[in-house]
Amino acid sequence: MTRRQRLWLPAMVLVMAVVAAACGSDDEPTVSGGGGQPTAPTFPAGSTMANIQSKGKLVVGTKFDQPGLGVKNPTNNKLTGFDTDIARLIAVAIFGGTVDDIDSKIEWKEAPTPQRQLLIQNGTVDLIVATYTINDERKTQIDFAGPYFIAGQDIMVKATDTSIKTVTDLNGKKVCSVLDSTPAKRVREKAPQADLIEFASYALCKDELLNGRVAAVSTDNIILLGFVDKDPTTLKLVGNRFSDEPYGIGLEKGDSAFRDFVNNRLEQIYQNGEWAKAFDANLKKYGLATPTPPPVDRYQSTGEVVPAPTVTTAAGGATTTTVAATTSTTP
Amino acid sequence: MGVVLDNLDQFLLGMRDTVVLTVLSFAFASVLGVVTAGFRVSPVPPLRVAGAAYVNIIRNTPLAVLFVLFYFGLVYVGINFARFTMAIVVLSLYTGTFLAETVRAGINSVSRGQGEAARSLGMTFPQVLVIVVLPQAIRTVVQPLGSIFSALIRNSSLATIIFVANLGRTADAVAVETAQVVPSYLGAAVAYLLLTLPTGQAVGWLERKVAVRR
Repeated sequence: MTRRQRLWLPAMVLVMAVVAAACGSDDEPTVSGGGGQPTAPTFPAGSTMANIQSKGKLVVGTKFDQPGLGVKNPTNNKLTGFDTDIARLIAVAIFGGTVDDIDSKIEWKEAPTPQRQLLIQNGTVDLIVATYTINDERKTQIDFAGPYFIAGQDIMVKATDTSIKTVTDLNGKKVCSVLDSTPAKRVREKAPQADLIEFASYALCKDELLNGRVAAVSTDNIILLGFVDKDPTTLKLVGNRFSDEPYGIGLEKGDSAFRDFVNNRLEQIYQNGEWAKAFDANLKKYGLATPTPPPVDRYQSTGEVVPAPTVTTAAGGATTTTVAATTSTTP
Repeated sequence: MGVVLDNLDQFLLGMRDTVVLTVLSFAFASVLGVVTAGFRVSPVPPLRVAGAAYVNIIRNTPLAVLFVLFYFGLVYVGINFARFTMAIVVLSLYTGTFLAETVRAGINSVSRGQGEAARSLGMTFPQVLVIVVLPQAIRTVVQPLGSIFSALIRNSSLATIIFVANLGRTADAVAVETAQVVPSYLGAAVAYLLLTLPTGQAVGWLERKVAVRR
């Protein structure tokens, strides 16, 4: 080996390492690389998956203003958050490719809480991933895949606080929540010795926490995420949930093949680690530890949405009205 | 009405809390009101201006806004009172303005001759006011003072804004707990009437007792 050659090899290695590091650091908090499907899978003709594939877009309803889950960046219009990454991972299973370049195949629609059900029922969106809590009343109107995330009541403290780790640590401390709310009631049940102070809004509670007149604020963690997001240096989440709000993916009622497909995909990303990666990329910074993924609930859909009548013209010109059968009870 | 009977202990506690808030606040407001009325009729311009500024600013701001500003705002300039203390402060300041205007009206109703006669005897202005004018002035405004007291009983329910217990807060809590909204608030209405109606009777009796027989 000449002197020149001896220098050449380490230099090459160094250059490659730098290039690799540069490629690896992506500013967007989306899940990058890994587990992508290079080619699109084929689906049975007429299935929702095949229809989405042929129209070339998955239409997703999500929140545009929920820190950590779905936020639209006003400068580049890019959506970030755990909900949006779950949607990307589902889109990858339909179109192939990777989560990094899948946005060209997704049409994002804002889905504010009161509009979510309607957006599904009138066919505006293919699915909704928007902090959508699964409950029995909603199950009569739409179907849910998942749950893919369990939200719930948590505690917000000052970033410097180390004394509060669980709900029982609230005993003997001043805790703020909203007047006569369910979270307030839950604090009273789980920490009966807490000095519970109730005001009209969480914004007032946050002020009281910042000026030190209360030690903690407690309510649903996604509400608290919003406050921590605005003030990450002085506030933090304890990250120890003490109630369950299962979030599901809202789908049109009765499309059991599509629901099975989404559920299968969720179980797949649970197993290959992409779910955990998406969680960490979006929610770890708020103090939430990576949980074990919630088991998918393949409940029997009751299929009780009132079927729409379809008008067909029979031979001889007589018009008969038949009711479209909804057979969503079969798996 | 079963909701009220089932939660009678809570309603009684709420009545006690409202009475405590009202009596303490009225005591402070009375001092404040009489002093302010004195300021407003005094011959010293800065005192008149100060009295007018206090009355006009506080009286024309909604009580709910005062509660939020005083409790959640003043802490930023280092004034950090406990919630109960702050409720007394806000209710006293607010009620003090109405008392001041009422007492001032009473003072103006005392004939000029009374003050002139007192001054001709060599009394100072404070002496004229305290010894001669106020005793006659207050007798004539007993009925409006009673109205202010009754208003204070009802206004104290806004202390809920800073989470200070009172009868209105009891009704809120019972309504949420039992999901029986109308019966809970009907109970609160009856309880408030139990406090305000006897007050009205007492004021009527007091007015007859102290009336100036001319």
